[in-house]
Amino acid sequence: MYVAVKGGEKAIDAAHAWLAEERRGDTSVAELSVAQIREQLALAVNRVMAEGSLYDPDLAALAIKQARGDLIEAIFLIRAYRTTLPRLGASTPVETAQMAMCRRISATFKDLPGGQILGPTFDYTHRLLDFKLAAEGEVPTAPTAPASLDAVPHVTAMLNRDGLIQTEAEGNDTPPDLTREPMELPTTRPLRLQAITRGDEGFILSMAYSTQRGYGRTHAFVGELRIGTVAVEMDIPELGFSVEIGEVELTECETVNQFKGSKTEPPQFTRGYGLVFGQTERKAIAMSLVDRALRWKELGEDNTGAPAQDEEFVLMHADNIQATGFLEHIKLPHYVDFQAELELVRKLRREALAHGEAAE
Amino acid sequence: MTDQTAYNFAYLDEQTKRMIRRAILKGVAIPGYQVPFASREMPMPYGWGTGGVQVTSACLVPEDRLKVIDQGADDTTNAVSIRRFFQRTAGIEVTEATADATVIQTRHRIPETPLTEGQILVYQVPIPEPLRFLEPRETETRKMHELEDYGLMHVKLYEDISRHGQIATAYDYPVKVEGRYVMDPSPIPKFDNPKLGGNAAIQLFGAGREQRIYALPPYTQAISLDFDDYPFTASKADHACDLCGAPDSYLDEVITDDQGSRMFVCSDTDFCGSRRAAGHIGPMGTPSAGG
Repeated sequence: MYVAVKGGEKAIDAAHAWLAEERRGDTSVAELSVAQIREQLALAVNRVMAEGSLYDPDLAALAIKQARGDLIEAIFLIRAYRTTLPRLGASTPVETAQMAMCRRISATFKDLPGGQILGPTFDYTHRLLDFKLAAEGEVPTAPTAPASLDAVPHVTAMLNRDGLIQTEAEGNDTPPDLTREPMELPTTRPLRLQAITRGDEGFILSMAYSTQRGYGRTHAFVGELRIGTVAVEMDIPELGFSVEIGEVELTECETVNQFKGSKTEPPQFTRGYGLVFGQTERKAIAMSLVDRALRWKELGEDNTGAPAQDEEFVLMHADNIQATGFLEHIKLPHYVDFQAELELVRKLRREALAHGEAAE
Repeated sequence: MTDQTAYNFAYLDEQTKRMIRRAILKGVAIPGYQVPFASREMPMPYGWGTGGVQVTSACLVPEDRLKVIDQGADDTTNAVSIRRFFQRTAGIEVTEATADATVIQTRHRIPETPLTEGQILVYQVPIPEPLRFLEPRETETRKMHELEDYGLMHVKLYEDISRHGQIATAYDYPVKVEGRYVMDPSPIPKFDNPKLGGNAAIQLFGAGREQRIYALPPYTQAISLDFDDYPFTASKADHACDLCGAPDSYLDEVITDDQGSRMFVCSDTDFCGSRRAAGHIGPMGTPSAGG
C-alpha cells in the first residue's frame, strides 16, 4: 500500500539540527569567536557589510559564523535583519575629502598633495603560501609614522581646476532609497550607484572586466583610490545643528576616463565613481567602471549593445540575494507543473507518432 | 533562534504593512494590473514565497486562520516552513481545511474545494510578467501593457498551434482580466485556470523579488487566452485518484517502483483526506485520512 509522503515538519527539524552540528564541526577543535572573525577575517566582514547594506562589523562577523563562511548566506542574514530595523533619520553626506586615510593611491600622478600611501595592501606581495601562519606565530610590529591630520583634496578636484574633467551636477534632492521604493526604470545615477554598491562583488567585477575587454570600453585610469574612516553626522532637529554619531570605514574610487567629446559635450575627462563600505577596493574599482559604462546616454556616447551599458540588465541581475534565492528555488517541489508538462509532452508525442504512422 | 518578541505582529512593521496594503488596494482597484511595491528582504530566500509572505503578513489579523499549501499539499517542506513562520511571528491559528481557513497562501495550486466570500487566497509569484519570456525588458513590457499591445502573445499562441496543433502551455497559462490586462496566474496548472474567474474569494498575487503585487477581486472575469477555433481546455491526467477515487481533481503522478509502476493521487491533500474520511476510497486507498 502506498503511504503518502508526510513528515516535512520532522524532516526540517532534523535537517536543522544536523546543520547546527556541522556548523560547529569537530568539537575537539576550539570554537571560533565572533571577535576572532571580526578581527582576523575583516575583509570577509567588510564584504558582508557592503552587500548586506548594514555597517555593523560584529553582526557581520556573527552572520559569517552562522553561515559557516558562506558569504552570500551571511549577506542574506544581514539583509533580513536590516529589514526589521526602524529608520531614525538620514545622516548628512559624508565628507570623503576629510577622510582619515590608511591607504590612498593615484595611478594618474606620480606625486600629488597628500602623497601616495600604500597602506595595508596585498599589492606587491608575492602570493606564496606562508607556512609560518600555519604555526600561528606572532607577527612582527609594523613600523609607524605620525599621521597627517590635514584634509587631502581629491585628485579629480585638482583636475577640475583646469576644467579638464567633467563637473558633476550638485543637488540637494534626497536620493531615492532602493530598499524603500520599488526600482523603476529608467533609473537615476544615485539609484544605480546604490544598486551597484550592494551588488554582488563577482557580478560587478565581471561587468567591469567586460568593459576593459572591449564590451563598452571606457578606458579607465584610477584617478584615486582612498580607504579610511569618515565621520557620520546627523542633523538633530532639537539642537539645530549636526552632531557626529559615529564613524564608518569606506573605500572610494574615482576613475578618470578618456572622452573624445560628443555632440553635446566638449573633449574632457569624465568620471566613474565607486563607494563601498569597509576596505573593499576590488569592488570599489569595479563599481566605478560599471558606473562609467552606464553613463553612456548622459554623455552622448554610442550604445554599442554591451551588457555593461545596459542599465536594466546590470541592475536587475546585480543583487546576489535575489539571484541566489531565485536560482535555488528550483530545488523546491514542482510536481504540479511538471505533471502538467508530462501530460502535454505525452499528448504531443501521441499525436506526432500517430501523424508519423499515418504518413507512412 | 532570535527573540520573537523583538518583531512586530506577522513580522513586518506597521509602516511596511501599510505600504503593502496600499499596493494591494490599488491592485484590487485595477484588476490584473501589476502594482510596483517596495518589496522587503524577508528571512526566507527570494523565489521561495517572499511576495506571498509579505502579502499574507499585510492581510493577517489576530483572528485569522491560516492555511499554507505548496503543490496543493499542506505538508510539503516549504509550506511547513511558511506556516511555522506565521505561527511563530503572528501566533495565529492554522488549519489544513480549506473551508476553515480565512487566509490561504498557495504555491502552484488553487484548492479543489470552492472558495467562499471573505476568504483571501494569496499566490506566490515567481515571474509576474506574462510577457516576460517574449520580451525580457521590463521597460518594454510595461509599455505593451499600457498600450494594451498583446499582439506578441497572440502570435506566440498561434505559432504553438501551427507547430504543435495546440497551445503548448501546460501551466502558467495567461488570462485576460475584465477585457483589459493580460495577467500571469503564477505557475498553476492550466487545469486550475477556470477557478480564477468568478471566484468568490479575493485573490492576491505577490512577487517579492520582482516587486509586484496584483489582484483579482471577487467575481472578476478572467479568461484564459485562446482562439475561437482552438478553445482553451483545462487538462489533467486521465485517471481518477487512486487513494480517494475523485475523478475530477488535479493529480500527481507517483512512481512506485523501478518497473514503471505508477499511481495517481490528488495533489490537494486536504481534499483527498476529507474525501477518504467521508468514505470515498480509491483502488489503493485506506479510510484513514492520515495516509
